Amino acid sequence: MARYKGINQLSGLDRIIVALMIIIPTILVVWLVWLPAIGSVLLSFTNWNGIGPIGDAKWMGMKNYHDVVTIYPPFWPAVRHNLIWLAVTFLLATPFGMFLAVLLDKEMRGSRVYQTAFYLPVVLSLALVGFIWQLIYSRDQGLINGLTGSTIDWYGDPKYNLWSALIAACWRHTGYIMLLYLAGLKGVDVSLREAARVDGASEKQTFFKIVFPVLAPINIIVLVVSVIESLRAFDLVWVINKGRNGLELIATLVTQNIVGEASRIGFGSALATFMLLISSVFIVIYLRIVMKEQR
Amino acid sequence: MPRPATFEEYLASLVPPSVRGLDRRTLLTGGVALSALTLAGCGGSDSTTTSGSTGTASGSGGSTAAATGEVTLGSNQSDAVPKAAIQGVMDAFQKANSGLTVKVNTVDHNTFQENINNYLQGSPDDVFMWFAGYRMRFFASQGLAGDISDVWTGMQGLNDALKKSSTGDDGKQCFMPSTYYPWALFYRKSLWQEKGYEIPKTLDDLKTLGAKMKADGLAPIAFGDKDGWPAMGTFDAINMRVNGYDFHVNLMAGKEDWAGDKVKKTFDTWKGLLELHQPDSLGRTWQEAAQSLQQKKSGMYLLGMFVTQQFEKGAEQDDLDFFTFPEIDSAIGADAIEAPIDGYMMSASPKNDAGAKALLKYVGGAEAQGLAVKSDPSVIATNSGVDTSGYTALQKKAVEFVASAKSIAQFMDRDTRPDFASTVMIPAIQDFIKNPNDIDGLTKNIQAQKVSIFGS
Repeated sequence: MARYKGINQLSGLDRIIVALMIIIPTILVVWLVWLPAIGSVLLSFTNWNGIGPIGDAKWMGMKNYHDVVTIYPPFWPAVRHNLIWLAVTFLLATPFGMFLAVLLDKEMRGSRVYQTAFYLPVVLSLALVGFIWQLIYSRDQGLINGLTGSTIDWYGDPKYNLWSALIAACWRHTGYIMLLYLAGLKGVDVSLREAARVDGASEKQTFFKIVFPVLAPINIIVLVVSVIESLRAFDLVWVINKGRNGLELIATLVTQNIVGEASRIGFGSALATFMLLISSVFIVIYLRIVMKEQR
Repeated sequence: MPRPATFEEYLASLVPPSVRGLDRRTLLTGGVALSALTLAGCGGSDSTTTSGSTGTASGSGGSTAAATGEVTLGSNQSDAVPKAAIQGVMDAFQKANSGLTVKVNTVDHNTFQENINNYLQGSPDDVFMWFAGYRMRFFASQGLAGDISDVWTGMQGLNDALKKSSTGDDGKQCFMPSTYYPWALFYRKSLWQEKGYEIPKTLDDLKTLGAKMKADGLAPIAFGDKDGWPAMGTFDAINMRVNGYDFHVNLMAGKEDWAGDKVKKTFDTWKGLLELHQPDSLGRTWQEAAQSLQQKKSGMYLLGMFVTQQFEKGAEQDDLDFFTFPEIDSAIGADAIEAPIDGYMMSASPKNDAGAKALLKYVGGAEAQGLAVKSDPSVIATNSGVDTSGYTALQKKAVEFVASAKSIAQFMDRDTRPDFASTVMIPAIQDFIKNPNDIDGLTKNIQAQKVSIFGS
């Protein structure tokens, strides 16, 4: 078998097939992802209300952005909640998932059972998770208030409901991270651990100094997944109370403004552009880490 | 198997033949074939844009006397009882008009409302259900609803107030009313008799009564604003009593200053009543609040007549009674009420114009409305020709209640722009309930957003 020397080596038919394999997905991505994103950003400078041709919409410059930041009361709480969501997911749920993975990697008795138990919430949709926890959190009929006799409205009181929602979301997120990390851990070369044991390293030292650096690609995936999941948080909160009263998130604000009769497309697009900008910060950080590695 | 001669051959031998057999080329051809099959399958069915509307009416389109063909109807009555009621009405219509058939496309109630913009701009059904008020006029002025003034000429039993509510900004009728229901303070007669409560006529009476109920261990006014819209009813009622019906209508139309003294007075009055409302209302749905009324844990509830749906048919529903929100300013009185009207509209270019108009004429008439309200005792018919002998006591009282009212409002989310109602007022009212002390800041913010949306 001769060494592959490049695309010039392929026959005509092969070249066409390769071209199609590149062009068709590119067209789909540009058409379904890039164009709508650019369209959203452009629409955010208009006051289009979803009815009639887009050409009828008036150009308003930065007015929508100005309104969002100054006179729209749910916006700043939403940003705060998104950042809290990100922090909790990234600093609590993800490390906890990794910790569970390390424990399960020990293959103790019943680890299969634990694995299934931890992973089961992941296969549930967030909407269903919201509903299940509603049965636990309900003020008058829920499990917590039934057992402890308190009358705290876990989902309705703005002091508590974000944290209640976060617990429900982390319940699911932890299992997801655990499985990703467990898969990574299983791929670690056994000889590395043996060598560490021979050298007299403790469990903690083995993990942090040897296994963790080796798992760098998995770490990056886990990081990215956590950040994306937290910035996208929407389903759970929408199912609880459509994202009001302490559960505002930028995604729910976008939906409230765009979907439905309200149809404030221009205004909602401005909110969506904010979400895009916040996500871009993290995407840039991620890309820099990945690019740095490849050099 | 012969011994591998080169390193490449050795590596190749490690791959089992079953896997090796499926090379890249066969995989590709298989994939192309599979996708071709699926695309062919999808292409067959006509894909439609909107939720539920598969309407292609084969209508003859004849604008002359005998309308024939199929008329499509977009219905949002997705619950079992109303759905069956609508089907009954359509069956009777088809029997009375032998050349016409009706195809009912039922969509879930909330989904229908949320997708209305896309629905009307896509391929809507010939006739669709909607609500009177600003929302109706908005669609008419955007050219998304058809003119049915010719259907209105000669309509019997629909009074002038209803005609006014069905008229668009251009003076033409675009709405055919069907049923409506009043908003009022509902209470259980048995509970009030037992405790010796009397119907309050003024705001002071209400406060005294509330204090008495609190002493008896009840929540005086049930309250559940998790969905955001129920509290709008309370705002509307207090605003109409404090500032009058005309001011309220202008405020909803965006012509008044939300940061002015009048609106502040409304919020102030509400603040004085908040302690009588059930606490923790933002986590409670209206159904749960109605259940607290049913369980005799609260004294009264300001809601639409659909509150009866939470009560069992029979003795429990008969135990319900209502009274209008008490007067606050004796110069204004208490003769303005809220009674949202549900009905039908015609789409801008129906496929079966004559058939659609025939259907609209029918559903506005006494026979159709009688059939519709028979199965649903939480609404009353708009046509005065409907036989009310089969009505429950509550329905009969509602008919009198609406007939004797001087002015009828439609409810905030139907009287004002939908984007203002849902994106500004819902969060604002919820903020007020959480913190009723900053009325100045709240009203200033509402006014700023109102200017941004209405333009002035």
